[in-house]
Amino acid sequence: MNEIIKKNASELVDLMASGELSATEITKAHLDRIAEINGTINSYLHVTSEAALAVAADVDRRRAAGEKLPLLAGVPIAVKDNLTTTDAPTTSGSKILEGWIPQYDATVVTKLRNELMPILGKTNLDEFAMGSSTEFSAFGPSRNPWDIERIPGGSGGGSSSAVASYSAPLAIGSDTGGSIRFPAAVTGTVGHKPTYGAISRYGLIALASSLDQIGPVSRNVLDAALLQDVIAGHDPHDSTSLPESLGSMAEAARNGSVKGMRFGVIKQLSGEGFQPGVKKRFDETLALLTANGAEIVEVDCPSFEYAIAAYYLILPAEASSNLAKFDSVRFGMRVNPGENATIERVMAATREAGFGPEVKRRIILGTYALSSGSYDKYYGAAQKVRTLIQRDFEAAFAKADVLISPTAPTTAFKFGEKVDDPLAMYLNDVATIPANLAGTPGIAIPNGLADEDGLPSGVQLLAPARADARLYKVAAALEALHEAGWGKRMMDFAPELKVGA
Amino acid sequence: MAKDELMNYEQALEKFEVVIGLEVHVELNTKTKMFCGCRNDFGDEPNTNVCPICIGLPGSLPAVNKRAVESSIAIGLALGCQIAPTGRFARKNYFYPDLAKNFQTSQYDEPIAFEGALDVEVPSGNKFTVNIERAHMEEDAGKLTHIGGSTGRIQGAEYSLVDYNRAGVPLVEIVTKPVYGAGAEAPELAAAYVRSIREIVRALGVSEARMERGNVRCDANVSLRPHGEAKLGTRTETKNVNSLRSIERAVRYEIQRQAAILAKGGKITQETRHWHEDRGLTSAGRPKSDTDDYRFFPEPDLVPVKPSHELIESIRASLPENPADRRKRLQAEWAFADLEFRDVVNAGLMDQIEETIAAGAKPQAARKWWTGELARLANADGKDVADLEVSPAHIAELANLVESGKINDRIGRDVLVAVLAGEGAPADIVSSKGLEVVSDDGALLAAIDEALASQPDVIDAIREGRMQAAGAVIGAVMKAMKGQADAARVRELLIQRASE
Repeated sequence: MNEIIKKNASELVDLMASGELSATEITKAHLDRIAEINGTINSYLHVTSEAALAVAADVDRRRAAGEKLPLLAGVPIAVKDNLTTTDAPTTSGSKILEGWIPQYDATVVTKLRNELMPILGKTNLDEFAMGSSTEFSAFGPSRNPWDIERIPGGSGGGSSSAVASYSAPLAIGSDTGGSIRFPAAVTGTVGHKPTYGAISRYGLIALASSLDQIGPVSRNVLDAALLQDVIAGHDPHDSTSLPESLGSMAEAARNGSVKGMRFGVIKQLSGEGFQPGVKKRFDETLALLTANGAEIVEVDCPSFEYAIAAYYLILPAEASSNLAKFDSVRFGMRVNPGENATIERVMAATREAGFGPEVKRRIILGTYALSSGSYDKYYGAAQKVRTLIQRDFEAAFAKADVLISPTAPTTAFKFGEKVDDPLAMYLNDVATIPANLAGTPGIAIPNGLADEDGLPSGVQLLAPARADARLYKVAAALEALHEAGWGKRMMDFAPELKVGA
Repeated sequence: MAKDELMNYEQALEKFEVVIGLEVHVELNTKTKMFCGCRNDFGDEPNTNVCPICIGLPGSLPAVNKRAVESSIAIGLALGCQIAPTGRFARKNYFYPDLAKNFQTSQYDEPIAFEGALDVEVPSGNKFTVNIERAHMEEDAGKLTHIGGSTGRIQGAEYSLVDYNRAGVPLVEIVTKPVYGAGAEAPELAAAYVRSIREIVRALGVSEARMERGNVRCDANVSLRPHGEAKLGTRTETKNVNSLRSIERAVRYEIQRQAAILAKGGKITQETRHWHEDRGLTSAGRPKSDTDDYRFFPEPDLVPVKPSHELIESIRASLPENPADRRKRLQAEWAFADLEFRDVVNAGLMDQIEETIAAGAKPQAARKWWTGELARLANADGKDVADLEVSPAHIAELANLVESGKINDRIGRDVLVAVLAGEGAPADIVSSKGLEVVSDDGALLAAIDEALASQPDVIDAIREGRMQAAGAVIGAVMKAMKGQADAARVRELLIQRASE
């Protein structure tokens, strides 16, 4: 394996600055890796080699000319395929958008272009980000580099598997109920869901507008922080984006510390009933924190019990409305039902053929939840639960600086294990969903391998809204403690990927 | 379509009480659309004023037009409404190809303005208070054109074209509470109410307010109930009636149609109806029930609109005078009789006359020129007098030329034609064409003597007191002076001659 692709983003920045590596060499190395393994891993739905190399060449030329470059210039990146790009198809993992090339770039994509980061391609996801395994992608699942018979998490399994398989140092994800954090947990990588509004959603194909948040995916905490600093900030195109800056995440990550910090263990998410290996690693981490000057407190969040139920009403309700625009009139797939083709029949035939089973399930659920007579019972009640969860968080943060839990109840499961059991699939997100409902930030970092299967487990840290920097500070410190204990990086435990089998 | 049976209007009113409710959509004249930066101008080449937001491309998000919010607050305040300190937008979900996102971004349970009232006067002079339930902000849909059918409707069309230039144009929908007690004048009240709304939004400068262009659109709800009955009858909603006259006719038609059905023991179908101005009737649209399920829910892509107290008060402070108060004030200032003033108002000439008076004309003179000769000339040209391109300053100048006797009425009318033809200011036209009245006694006496020479009997007739004989001589003098003689002076001089 070419050693270039094993470098973290911050290392690549230094190697380019010292002249040891060019952006072109770095980009080529990643494109070669993609060519070698993507047929097996299926992280990328579209690879934009030419555009990426053009940006890399531009960076090298400018550097040679002595221009001052943005910090991450020349560091390649993968972008989840639910963000619009004018130079590549944007499918959101759905047949209904197959071949659609957007007329505009998402704000985040514009920021990456302004930073002169070569975009390697668009990564796979469950259709419209509905799922935890990528098994609902219309273009086939992505595979977990730790074991290709297992899921890479979802919906952002394309981004997590790309980063975990060294076919990108960085990736963009989106997290509506855990779509950044769950894939990070099961692939041994890092993923951060920022405070709602920290990053513009303009150009993110909406799943559930009030829950969706874009965030960074990487192999270490500092890299995620560097990427968040590039993509964060107010955007007049997104009125829900925060007007104020949340400060420098990279600076927080460089000043990692847990000393004197109060870590709240959530009674409802303490690992009881989780996979034993996940629970064991989590308890060890608590001990490690205590040993390093942190204080562990217990916090009670009784309403978290209802989080999944509320989430699966609010999300489908918003999604049913957000997905109404896929009607064949202005863009995307159009199916002609033949005789008597009225507009209603064309719309119905297109949506029948274009949407997959999970999308249809949630549209039906959401339409029902918003119907008159059902609204108060379902959507209205779910919004009340949401308020209660926010209050639980407030009470918890009065006692603790950050909250801590396992990111997910299990390690990566096998393909097909849960795909026909929606409720089992939904439970993967039990620990991640509350942060989306409250709009608060959460970071998932590696937490060692579970004893029973040798697969990665994850730990999640949560902070109050706008306190993203606090998470980076704590997560960077915990990461350093882990690596000191392991004697290597988490990804160095991963078996070598066998391709072409 | 089957012809509806109608009940005689008086009979209908004898049997039933009329209840109306009006929904008026006002299109705001903001530079850009409600939620994006596209030009608010849907008369342009189809689908040129569009962007990812107003055609609802995946990933796009709305952002509220601040100006539209301010205009909506101004409308709310002018209608005596309270302004909500915080208001959320809501999604109204339904599938239709002119609706890019398949939901309309509107306001549902949190309108920006609510609980107002408007005093409206009908042509008889009776006054009614119309209570306003709410005024809320929303976006317009695109415009569908159905090709290939005979009716221009979707039924029977081969295909349809969509122009999204109008998609996202800001609208304010003003909804009344049920209006009771107008009786026979319900149709006139409906029209007068819409006229008042139009006047107000025009005075506020927030809309072009032209009904024929759809800037102001009215849906008229009508229901009947037996006198003394507490429960409201089933209503129909006649859509998009696009002139004041049509509103009045459509309401009257619905009263007569519904009365005929109810009197026979029939039931009114709750539905939308379309007004056909050419045939003077309404026809059934789509059934509409109170349980139409639009699955409203708060728009998660927009933060609530929170107009500050300072903003609201600054808009309130800059509101123009209420048009009704202004009418009252101006009628008193100008000392016009009720009928005179009503003519002015109906012709939409208040602004012009006010400016003409401000430019120095006497009120009655200003009124006479505008409602008289100018109206006649506009009419002959097939134009609306209010749309004539003539400056009030010119009309004031003209009126004063006549008032001071520099020219007479007839010459004044000729000068007006020249002014309308763009030949310049009245005084300049009069002097360049030498149209001033001749009041030089010498010239007039010479002309009188010349006329008397050919009509010697006239002097005797005048001496005998038969003054009507003087007319022939005065006419001859006027003719000789090309109409520019001061007729009164000619008469005086003639009598003087006869007494010599």
